[in-house]
Parts: sequence; C-alpha cells; structure tokens
Amino acid sequence: MTESLRQMWDYLSSDGAWSGRNGLPSLTWAHIRISVVAMLIASLVAVPAGVLLGHVRRGALAAVSIVNIGRAIPSFAIMALLLPFSLRYGFGLGFWPTVVALVLLAIPPIFTNTYTGVRGVPDEAVEAARGMGMRGGELVRKVEVPVAVPLIITGLRVSAVQVVATATLGALVAYRNLGTPIVTGFTSPDKGPLLAGALAVSLLALLTDGLFALAERRLVPWRSAAGRTADTGVAAEPPAPAEPAALAT
Amino acid sequence: MTAALLAADEPLVRWDWVGDHTDEITELFWEHVTLTVVAVGIGFAISMVLALVATRWRWTYEPLAGFCSVLYAIPSLALFGILVAIPFFGLGFRTAEVALVGYTLLILLRNIVAGLDGVPPEVREAADGMGYEPWRRVLRVDLPLATPAIVAGLRIATVTTVGLVTVTALVGEGGFGDLINDGLSRDFSTPIVVGTVLSVALAIAFDLLFVVIERLLTPWTRDRTPRERSSGDVVASPLASAPAPAGGRL
Repeated sequence: MTESLRQMWDYLSSDGAWSGRNGLPSLTWAHIRISVVAMLIASLVAVPAGVLLGHVRRGALAAVSIVNIGRAIPSFAIMALLLPFSLRYGFGLGFWPTVVALVLLAIPPIFTNTYTGVRGVPDEAVEAARGMGMRGGELVRKVEVPVAVPLIITGLRVSAVQVVATATLGALVAYRNLGTPIVTGFTSPDKGPLLAGALAVSLLALLTDGLFALAERRLVPWRSAAGRTADTGVAAEPPAPAEPAALAT
Repeated sequence: MTAALLAADEPLVRWDWVGDHTDEITELFWEHVTLTVVAVGIGFAISMVLALVATRWRWTYEPLAGFCSVLYAIPSLALFGILVAIPFFGLGFRTAEVALVGYTLLILLRNIVAGLDGVPPEVREAADGMGYEPWRRVLRVDLPLATPAIVAGLRIATVTTVGLVTVTALVGEGGFGDLINDGLSRDFSTPIVVGTVLSVALAIAFDLLFVVIERLLTPWTRDRTPRERSSGDVVASPLASAPAPAGGRL
C-alpha cells in the first residue's frame, strides 16, 4: 500500500499528470462533459414526462416499473451492447454508447421523483388553485411544479451522482475519461495513475452530491427555515410516501 | 476494433456458440449467484447491526448513514482500483466482495431503520406492557412488523448487486460479466447479449424470490386487500423506496 501511495505521489508530481490528453485536467473535463450531456438529455425527457403524468394523476404503475426495470439493466452491459452498433452506424467509439447508458441510468430517479412530487401535491392546494381560476398549464407552472421542486431536485441529485460514478465505465468502451487510468492500471505494476484517477473520480462524485445539496438549500429555502408562514409550510410538505425516497440519497 | 463486429452479416447472436458453451455458462451462473448472495448476506448482517444501533441510540443514525452515503457515491471502478492497490485484496474475490457489500449498506440501513420506525408506538407499548424485555421485543415484535420494509430494501440491494457483479468481472470475479468482457475484447456480440440477458433475468428471478419470501414471512398481510396493503406499508412500496438509489448503480 505504501508503495502504491508513493507511486501516486510520483505520478502526481510528474508533468504527464497535469498536461496533454492523458493528463488529469483533460480526463476530468471529458468526464464532466459526458455527465452534463447525459443529464441534460435525461432531464429533458424525464421532467416533462413526470410533470405530465403527475398532473393528470395517472401512471403510478409506470413510475414503479420504470424504476424497477432501470435498476435491473446493468449500464456496463448497455455500453458493451451498443458499441458495435455505434461503430457500424458511424457514431464512433465510446462517447455515444456511454451517453445512452448514462441517460437510461439517469431517467428513472428523475422521472419517479418528479412524478411523485407533482402527484403528491395536496388535493386542497390543487382545489384552491382551481377555485382561483387556474387551469391546465397555469396550474402546473404556478402550483404543481413549484411544490414539487424539492423532490425534482432530489431526483436530479440521485441521478447526477450515479451518472458521474458510472461515466467511469465509459473507459471500458474506449471513452477516455477518469476511468481510463483505473482500467489500464489494473494490470500495470505502476499503481500511481490508477490511484490518482480513482481518487479524482470519487472526489468528483462527492462534489456533485455536495453541489446539488447546496442547490437544494438555495432553491428551497423554506425547507431549512421550517414553519415561516402557514402556506409555504404546507406547500413545502413533501407527500408522505416520498419522504424516505427524498432521504435516501 | 477489428472487422468481426463491423461485418453486417454477422448475426447478433450465434446460437451454435451458446450451445457449445452451456457448461461455461452454468459455471458463470453459479459464480454470479455466489457473489451476489455472499455480498447481500454480509451486507444484511452489517446493516442489521448498524440499524439496531441507530434505532437504540438515535444520534448515531446521521453519522452512520452519512458514512454509507459516501461509500455509495464512490464509483465502483474507483473502489476496485483502490482495493486492487492493497496487497491483501488485490485482483479477486475479496476486492469484489468488499465493494459489493459496501454498496448494499446504504440501501439496507435506510430501509431497516424506516421499517423499525414504522412500528406503531401503541404496539410497542402493548408489548412492553405484556412484559417483553427490550431486545426480545425488538426480535419478536418490531422486526417481524418491519419485514415488508426490510424485504423491500433487500430487493433493491440484490437487484443492484446482480447488476454490479457484471462490473466485478474486471477484477477477475464476474459471473455473467465475464461473458460481456470476453465479447468486448474479442469484438464478438454473442457473449455480450447472452451475458446481458442472463444478468437481467437473474435480477428478476431474485426479485420474484423475495416477493415469495415476503409472503411466507408475513402471513398476516395475506388476507388484506391490495389497496389496504399498499396504504399500510408505505415505506415498503417500491415507489417509496425506489428513487432512493434507483437505477443500476454501476
């Protein structure tokens, strides 16, 4: 172990670690880029779908099944399966197979949390809004989505952490990112790059989690300052069944 | 990448290959099952102890859950990488198991604690009134009532672990993951498809097994209507626990 740590130190103090296409900055950038692309696509699909189904108050079964199916499909397998097709149809190595696997990974938590959040808006709140003359889109924009925001962010947070963690596997299908030094390091006697890559990607995942935790606090101030006014208090109340979900990040 | 995969006339699955490799596939099946069962078994034992500690001494819950969340956020590949660099673990079973066990802890801890918290206070008081000693009450009253939530956690943990085992192939212990890895390195799609399909099938099989086990363990829920049941164990419903660590964590 001490030997490996020394190797990591040697690696970190070499120029190769900090410059060029195999340097940590460029690998980190590639890692962030693919994670952001995957999260954007997944959010564009999952948030509107969750809001829509939650608004019409239908599709509970879909919400459950999508999550269960998503959990059973291994991301690594998807990347491996897509690689040959990506090559055959000219999408090249690594990037797109990895993005597709990450999008599929990210959709279930975002969708389910959004759906649960919108679906869980108290009937009284919806009725009050209707009584005030709100219809369709306005109801969604002014009442249902704002109330669901805490859970939507929770969904994004869960997905983002998993996406950053799983993007590492892209290295196995030749997408160069922080997973690359780990994969090549398994069989190499020099464990320096492997340890540096492993630490960097772990930090990135924890940082992502922290960033979303911060966003949660900034965007949902009434959560931390409990019981300011009655109406925000009610609005902030997440639906009961979703609470354990929200906790389990 | 060589031509084999690129050749458009190459079928996605060559069934003759599958026929020729049934022995190997059976062996990998048992390897996959062993890795999963050992990981979930050890993870369950550890989380049970942690959950009992956390419900007995409330203040320990946050730090325990926090530690497990950090563990959960570490990418599997990175964890393998770190463990492989430690001589005691190296490439092999121990590294695979430590990582797999680590990922079950958060899911199981949260669900066991949620289940124990869900026991109605009146029931506890009644048990205390009947003269149950604290630990005996936990064993005979609290834990049985928490079974649905605990089984829900076990289902998520097991399905997640089955998926993760495909990645442990990289440290030499991978069950069906070996097939995927093999196919990738040889540009041969048949083992990739076979490995994926069998891995998903195994996850579903385990999931169904737990549904049966839960039925057997909680006979008192059987004559209730589905509607009553779903409102009864909110924590245990897949929807409630799902967004937690939803999605294969690979």
